[in-house]
Amino acid sequence: MIRRAPVNLWIGGALVAMMTAIALLSLVWTPYDHTLLDIPAKFAAPSAEHWLGTDQLGRDVVSLLMAASVNSLTVAFVAVGLGGAIGTLLGLAASAWGGWVEAIVMRLVDLGFAFPALLFAIMLAAAFGPSLSNAILAIAFINIPVFARVARGAANQIWTRDFVLAGQAAGMGRAALTRDHILPNIAAPIIVQATIEFAVAILAEAALSYLGLGAQPPMPSWGRMLSEAQTLMYLAPELAIYPGLCIILAVLGFGLLGDGLRDVTDPRLARTRA
Amino acid sequence: MTTLRFTCLAAAFAVGLTAPGFAQSTLRIGLQQEPTVLDPTSDATASIDGMLAQNVFESLTVVDETGAVHPQLATTWEISDDGLTYTFKLVEGATFHDGTSLDAEDVKFSFDRAMAEDSTNPSKGIFEPIESVTVIDPATVEIKLTRKDAFFLFNLAQGDASIIAPESVDANATTPIGTGPFKFDGWTRGDRLTLIKYEDHRAASDVAIDKVEFRFIADPAAATAALMAEELDAFPGFPAPELLEQFEADPRFKVVVGSTEGEVILALNNARAPFDKIEARQAVSHAINRDEIIDGAMYGKAVPIGSFYPPHGPAYVDLTGLYPHDSEKAKELFTSAGVAGSEITLRVPPFPYATRSGEIVQAELAKAGVTVKVENVEWGFWIDEVYKKKNYDMTIIAHTSPNDLSNFARGKDYFYGFQSDDFDALWNAIKTETDTDTRMGLLKDAQNFVADNAIHAFLFQLPKLGIYRANVDGFWAASPVLYQPLSAVTIK
Repeated sequence: MIRRAPVNLWIGGALVAMMTAIALLSLVWTPYDHTLLDIPAKFAAPSAEHWLGTDQLGRDVVSLLMAASVNSLTVAFVAVGLGGAIGTLLGLAASAWGGWVEAIVMRLVDLGFAFPALLFAIMLAAAFGPSLSNAILAIAFINIPVFARVARGAANQIWTRDFVLAGQAAGMGRAALTRDHILPNIAAPIIVQATIEFAVAILAEAALSYLGLGAQPPMPSWGRMLSEAQTLMYLAPELAIYPGLCIILAVLGFGLLGDGLRDVTDPRLARTRA
Repeated sequence: MTTLRFTCLAAAFAVGLTAPGFAQSTLRIGLQQEPTVLDPTSDATASIDGMLAQNVFESLTVVDETGAVHPQLATTWEISDDGLTYTFKLVEGATFHDGTSLDAEDVKFSFDRAMAEDSTNPSKGIFEPIESVTVIDPATVEIKLTRKDAFFLFNLAQGDASIIAPESVDANATTPIGTGPFKFDGWTRGDRLTLIKYEDHRAASDVAIDKVEFRFIADPAAATAALMAEELDAFPGFPAPELLEQFEADPRFKVVVGSTEGEVILALNNARAPFDKIEARQAVSHAINRDEIIDGAMYGKAVPIGSFYPPHGPAYVDLTGLYPHDSEKAKELFTSAGVAGSEITLRVPPFPYATRSGEIVQAELAKAGVTVKVENVEWGFWIDEVYKKKNYDMTIIAHTSPNDLSNFARGKDYFYGFQSDDFDALWNAIKTETDTDTRMGLLKDAQNFVADNAIHAFLFQLPKLGIYRANVDGFWAASPVLYQPLSAVTIK
């Protein structure tokens, strides 16, 4: 059965592809070294040399934004990957063994939901000093319960399928069943969730860096660029607008992509649309 | 000697509207930094002095905007020929805000308390030369010194030497009671502190302001919004120089850029590698470019310094040319000190002048071949780890107390980690020398000594950026001390 891909998938996919391409490009090339200060040339207007002008220390804004996109994507990738892996494993375990395992895991998950990422990041910063790795840990932490719930819910459905029952009858253990049959069959909702969580993670990284709990100077970050531009709003509002736009586009891109993927992969939605 | 004060000298005011045509007499003053207690004789937070010294509390002497000493609670004083005995005549009619009158016993109590073994006074050095305080009669006090002290009368004007009463001393941390022209009215933590005019003050008729509100606004953007909305009338220590332009362009405000006693330094930990080596320290001095730092961090609104003495001071020597900016020279020195290629940590306290300078210093040292890891830390962490435990390589801080060249004579236990018998002897000569010209010469020697040894890298003099509404007068442009007397402030 071939379905037409929804428009949000296309827009989201294009935005994400563009961002990823820019981030990859910035690893090998940016117009200028983003750490290069040229203070006499601060607040330069957009020109052929500096496409979006320079910031308060004369750094090239395009280079900064490009280098910051790597930071955002890396944080999102590592944090969602880490939190997603742990969360999915917990969810699968809860679903496979049920009973007290499920009870303990799901109550811990409830606890995790009740714990704001910001608070966790502040705790980490207080204990170990603010750093990007602590921000990643904090964002990963909030992802664990999200994935645990999604994985358990999806897995519970699969456990009732005939082929799983057949596997059980053939003597396969819970672990083997989970690995061979459950996990491949819940991959779609997990990937959809991961895409959406990417958007959340990018926003969270920007918020933490804005508060000084994330990327430390001179590592560029959209959130920190925003906070530095805050007092410059009257002088150079564009310095706040550019990183703000980048955050919006990145979050929008991953959000739309996630929505689009869900539309495509969720059979219930497919039926209602048909 | 003098206590290190780290401040963001900042205060803001606003005026409550009264009926049109009448002079406004409520002044709402806010600060960037809120203290945790209100007793200037027991806590080093600069904003306590900024709000209360010479307003709620008074001292025997007071200084003016130029730093000259004038009588306050002491109307006259006689100094014996050997310079060791001071006899103060107290002013008539001074009363504390609780109604009790001021007499010589209160003065003796205040000094004895500050001099005591278990005293928590933040500037015990002020009282260190005092041998004894004797009450001659209720209006006369005699203070005997163990050695001559050139700064004695100036030091007596500080908030640390405020005259307090034994009856109210214990409550001063929350309900300060002094003899000043304003009395404490209330303190809403996190928001504001209110003073009202003390009608029974001996000079109450000269005070134009009926009520003062200090409001605590830490964020420069919020302070700007409050000023623009005319909720604040002034910000005598505005923290964000990049915002001055918009106030300069606005006829409702006047912008005054003055000087402070604050030397902003890139402090180096002389007690441990790599900055126990003079080559490494000189390399830092060569690596930094003050013009770039001032332009980038302070938007050009600061004066460069080459040693530890404010440029407006009478003994100032311009040593900014001693280590000209030269990245190559710095690289050579770093290499010969064995530092090149290593990583150095720069712990930066949360003040705009420091965080902004830090980023530029990092880039400048990178050009000289040294990787700097910048850690922006909270104020409490800074006080604990950097100031008390001396656990740092480099930091950026403003020293705003007057006469603070004495810091270099504080020995290895001070966070500089610096000690030199030569400098200790030099400072001892300075503080006991009462001949002005000789003392100026010695102060110049001290500046040269500090710069020659490249103990720190010296950046710039912290400016006092004041934003006032056009109808407010009487604020000091400069800050020779930590306080700002408000009795002379008027609102048209």
